[in-house]
Amino acid sequence: MNEPTVAIVDDHALWRTGVRAELEGAFAVVGDAGTVDDAVELIVQAHPDVVLLDVHMPGGGGVEVLRRARAAGSPATFLALSVSDAAEDVIAVIRAGARGYVTKAIAPGELGDAVRRVHEGDAVFSPRLAGFVLDAFAGAPRPGASGGTGDPELDQLTPREREVLRLLARGYLYKEIAHRLKISPKTVEAHVSAVLRKLQLSNRHELSRWAAQHRVIDP
Amino acid sequence: MRRAERVDAVSVVAGLALLALGSLLLVSSTGGATFSAAVLGPAVAATLGAILLTAGLQPRPDDPVDAPSGTGLHRDPERRWLGGVCAGLAETLGVEPAIVRIAFALGVILGGLSVGLYALGWVLLPVRRSDGAAASRPARSILAVAFGVSLLALATLLAIRETGLWIGDAVVWPAALVAGGAALLWRRSRTEPAIATPAAPRPRRETRRETVSRTGVGVALVIAAALVFLEFTGVLGAARDALVAAFVAAAVLGVIFAPTIVRLVRSRDTERAERIRNQERAEMAAHLHDSVLQTLALLQQRADDPRAVTQLARHQERELRRWLSGRTPIDGAPRTLAAALEATVEDVERDHHVDVDLVMVGDAELTPRTDALLGAAREALVNAARHGGGGPVAVYAEAQDGRVEVDVRDRGPGFDPDAIPADRHGVRESILGRMARHGGRATIGPAPGGGTEVELVLEPEAGT
Repeated sequence: MNEPTVAIVDDHALWRTGVRAELEGAFAVVGDAGTVDDAVELIVQAHPDVVLLDVHMPGGGGVEVLRRARAAGSPATFLALSVSDAAEDVIAVIRAGARGYVTKAIAPGELGDAVRRVHEGDAVFSPRLAGFVLDAFAGAPRPGASGGTGDPELDQLTPREREVLRLLARGYLYKEIAHRLKISPKTVEAHVSAVLRKLQLSNRHELSRWAAQHRVIDP
Repeated sequence: MRRAERVDAVSVVAGLALLALGSLLLVSSTGGATFSAAVLGPAVAATLGAILLTAGLQPRPDDPVDAPSGTGLHRDPERRWLGGVCAGLAETLGVEPAIVRIAFALGVILGGLSVGLYALGWVLLPVRRSDGAAASRPARSILAVAFGVSLLALATLLAIRETGLWIGDAVVWPAALVAGGAALLWRRSRTEPAIATPAAPRPRRETRRETVSRTGVGVALVIAAALVFLEFTGVLGAARDALVAAFVAAAVLGVIFAPTIVRLVRSRDTERAERIRNQERAEMAAHLHDSVLQTLALLQQRADDPRAVTQLARHQERELRRWLSGRTPIDGAPRTLAAALEATVEDVERDHHVDVDLVMVGDAELTPRTDALLGAAREALVNAARHGGGGPVAVYAEAQDGRVEVDVRDRGPGFDPDAIPADRHGVRESILGRMARHGGRATIGPAPGGGTEVELVLEPEAGT
């Protein structure tokens, strides 16, 4: 009853079929879409709780789907999924509002777990995303550079958040991080959510640059 | 900025001209000599011309190449025939020395005035050699040059007229205009170095826009001169008819052939774009053939061995990613720590049939210390592949502010570090010992949630 409904958005039909087969049973898959237009329509019509969103798609990519679905008032939660290694693409989708990012190489069981977690309001960081974020927040932000929120709270990670991200990047699970740092898994989750918020709201030069550089790759 | 300069130059010119005029009037009123307006006219024109020309030849402050040297009037004994005055002047004006020499020779024939000028130049002008800084020529205000030369020509002609030689208005004004236009047109374009001395700094290249405007103004001046001449001689009416006829003919031809010309230009551009595109496609095809297609063929052959298939796919994936990112040359040696670590991971994956997830934050130069770290990391990876229970190995590397850290973690059964037998060369020597020798440290221990974790850390070197 409480299992979330899921929509799959990806321009590779083979991949959609595979993910569908994997998630069906555990979740109600309400549909899949292969283009930006179809995806927006699907999301608006079928009201999925969670959208598995491919970062790279012709016609604007996941960022465009997110933007238009949000503009249409969709309350869906988005989990970005890609084979992409390009930090700027991944960061752009997160900044557009996705609650997490996992690579397509994710183990079958873990994908369902990730869907469940974003649905519950958690942020889902793959080790690779944790690496990207550490890279983006490396060093001190340049004061006054390129606008900036002027909010140092937003433009910098706390040492604890850094520690949590490092362990995430090393492939630790939340409960392993909690064990290692001697804090509760809920606190770990709170740190990750805080990082996600900073990632979306900060105007740090590096993040703005990535967002600006983000260009859609049409095959 | 240029406006301000021009205003500046104009005010200076006006002031000096007034000064000259004033002194002439003063001399004439004190009775030292009487000058008619016919003498004053050329004198003022000559003064104005000379000053404008100097102003126009001044280097602009925003011209970095020329600013320090400047290229005022000078002599150039390196290329002299006599005293180097003509060569120096030609250099300053940016024309061929021959033109200046002919001008001087004509001056000698016409009245001997230039002999005096030449002597004066020989005595007064500073010597500058045609090398190094002197070779760079300043950017000049083309209008100032044109006006200056025109006025000088005008002054000369007016002076000649005063000496009794009859020259009508039909000659004087057009000649002045032609002089200005020719000064612009004959100037050597600065798209070529002024002097072919290898050591000489290249002069500021004239931009296309500058060339066009210089040529345009020059042509306009010469055409204006022709029109003025025709007007004075009364044949303009006939010329107008001929011009109208020519214009009509040109318009007709233009209408007829414009589509053809446009098409020709377009097709040439399209062809060029097409050629570039084809070249890129060929390059990409060659690469995909060598890599992806080969791998796909191999995958089909080994379809019965899932492990080999995974390895091949992963290897190909990494290689393709590298190619797409343009970070590392396909067949080149890695140049940074990140690239080297990637290569190490790939080797271990291939040799030991294990999946490795690599996350790298930051990057660093390769040094003997990072080489040692890479060696230790490889050993740790091999251990994780052998004893890690076959599950995926996670590698996290971070290089920031001189500190480098690499963590290798497997999810195998784990082992007790104190129970490492002394003869286990791999762990003791290749990881712990190697790191210690290079001023780093290695920690081996159980990972939370099972498995083994190896931490390799290089702190920043003292003094760096």
